[in-house]
Amino acid sequence: MPEPILQVRDLTVHFYTYAGIVKAIENVSFDVYKGETFALVGETGCGKSVTSRALTQLIESPGRIVNGEVIYHSEKGPIDLLKLSEEEIREIRGNEIAYIFQDPHASLDPLYTVGYQIAEAIEVHGKVKNIKEGIKKAVDILRAVLIPDPEKRVHNYPHELSGGMKQRIVIGTGIANNPRILIADEPTTALDVTVQAQILDLINSLKEKYHATVILITHNLGVVAETADRVAVMYAGKIVEIGSVEQIFKNPLHPYTKGLLKAVPNPMTKIERLEAIPGTVPNLITPPGGCRFHPRCPYAMEICKKKVPKLVEIEDGHFVACHIY
Amino acid sequence: MEKVLEVNRLKKYFPIKGLFFTKGYVKAVDDISFEIYKGETFGLVGESGCGKTTTGRTILRLIEPTSGEVIFKGKNVMELKGDELKQFRREAQIMFQDPYSSLNPRQTVFEIIMEPVRFHGIHVDDPEEFVIKLLESVGLNEMHLYRYPHEFSGGQRQRIALARLLALRPEFIVLDEPTSALDVSVQANILNTLKDLQQEFGFTYLFISHDLGVVKYMSHRMGVMYLGKLVEIGPADRIFENPLHPYTQFLLSAIPVPDPKLARELKAKRQKITGEPPSPINPPSGCRFHPRCPYAKDICNKEEPPLVEVEQDHYVACWLYSKA
Repeated sequence: MPEPILQVRDLTVHFYTYAGIVKAIENVSFDVYKGETFALVGETGCGKSVTSRALTQLIESPGRIVNGEVIYHSEKGPIDLLKLSEEEIREIRGNEIAYIFQDPHASLDPLYTVGYQIAEAIEVHGKVKNIKEGIKKAVDILRAVLIPDPEKRVHNYPHELSGGMKQRIVIGTGIANNPRILIADEPTTALDVTVQAQILDLINSLKEKYHATVILITHNLGVVAETADRVAVMYAGKIVEIGSVEQIFKNPLHPYTKGLLKAVPNPMTKIERLEAIPGTVPNLITPPGGCRFHPRCPYAMEICKKKVPKLVEIEDGHFVACHIY
Repeated sequence: MEKVLEVNRLKKYFPIKGLFFTKGYVKAVDDISFEIYKGETFGLVGESGCGKTTTGRTILRLIEPTSGEVIFKGKNVMELKGDELKQFRREAQIMFQDPYSSLNPRQTVFEIIMEPVRFHGIHVDDPEEFVIKLLESVGLNEMHLYRYPHEFSGGQRQRIALARLLALRPEFIVLDEPTSALDVSVQANILNTLKDLQQEFGFTYLFISHDLGVVKYMSHRMGVMYLGKLVEIGPADRIFENPLHPYTQFLLSAIPVPDPKLARELKAKRQKITGEPPSPINPPSGCRFHPRCPYAKDICNKEEPPLVEVEQDHYVACWLYSKA
């Protein structure tokens, strides 16, 4: 039986805007097991990034975590991350649970050398005495993320590096404190495919090396197929399906998952015609009642408009939230 | 087959200005030639900065080329003036990547679509009905006639942009990453619409994209660009089945395929190519891919490889396939 490292229950985040309350995610529940790569997939605005940020209370005003628990099984025992004070969570965030964000240009400070930025992340968590010592350690980290000539590069500013190199630095900052969980939010979306392949390889090898657990947030189903062990599919703020990567791709159950898989042009097969999902993603201020996918669903029934479907286990480890099942 | 467009030795160098002198040039497009036949989709792929967008815009003379010619229906586009140029501007259209910046936020859909029609002096009996017909052909309807761009989603805006260019009855359309700002479920819709319109009206497309899956789905023939050069041209199916240039092979092997078993098999076989594309300011000598190429020979850093036909209609510029 795999051992959970993170158990998320009924996580709900709302954004209080002038236009109304945006119900970004509602009652999101999932487990992440130790040592696996867990992927959260979905389209723009489905709440995958909000979910990943809410795990360590990284939600800024006007957003608020309204409900839920995030049980983290630390080495000292289970803790609910949402009950911790700002100071307590900061001890964990960036240390035991670290992030890699999408845009490497925005995650680095243009006024500091990359070595300083990595050193700072180490120093804040008291792993080294001062920045100088941290910069020495930063050289090793740059070597670990396969940056050529790390002794020199450590003194470079972000603008002196390419996009791929910057993302390596961001990954370096992420792994600087040997985190147990690495949350990678669209780590390769801003990069070209050839660089993407290199970065994904890097994340994978670092995961093995440091025995970390990876939570990968992406909209790219190819990336999921290649790297994930288990997958959760999100639609309009809810998880609609969870399963192993084989279950999701070979036997998708939810109509949305099915539609999504058919809409992606696979470069290795001959496709006569892509199947598109009609309509667009709903507005989350007034989401559709019942199942949020029902206005676009080809199999929608009366009950789908009224009742919110619950996640049920159909086969071993394969859950779906749909009234068909 | 009838050629709609012929690009001959097209070059576009952007000067880098110093304080007093030009310090150098960004060789965005460097001596490329290809042709596009009537009714086909020619895909142009490559990574960011390889010059694919510059190629698309230079062909339409939205950017003046440094040298080279583009023959459209027998006439050199670069020499057109006055009415002939205006006529060309009507017949050759472009659809841009970003649907948020390509529509005027202060105009209604009706005005957006009618403006080019009026500019080109095309007579329309009933403008309202004319616009409604166009909207219907791209999957919108008369309800949308007097709305403003901000009321639409990204996918719907791309449809408005499409209706606007259809209004001019063009023959040739440059599609510059028309779906890369959109989600996959919406992308599939737009791609299908583009294919249907091509069937119905016999449009010729130049389809520019960095997404190989999309290019494969859309294109009849395609070209692969690397640092301002076309390294391989051929029928899309052939290039995917039998990529010849080491860069094309590398590019194809790097795409993550949406199929877990296959993706992992391919990943294990993937060639390890390190590094990133070099700067187009001082591109490597000889073949521009040689510093990253696993098969690089002596000649590769000295002389530029010519484009040679290896199998029928399938061309590659690589010293592995030709002798000096």
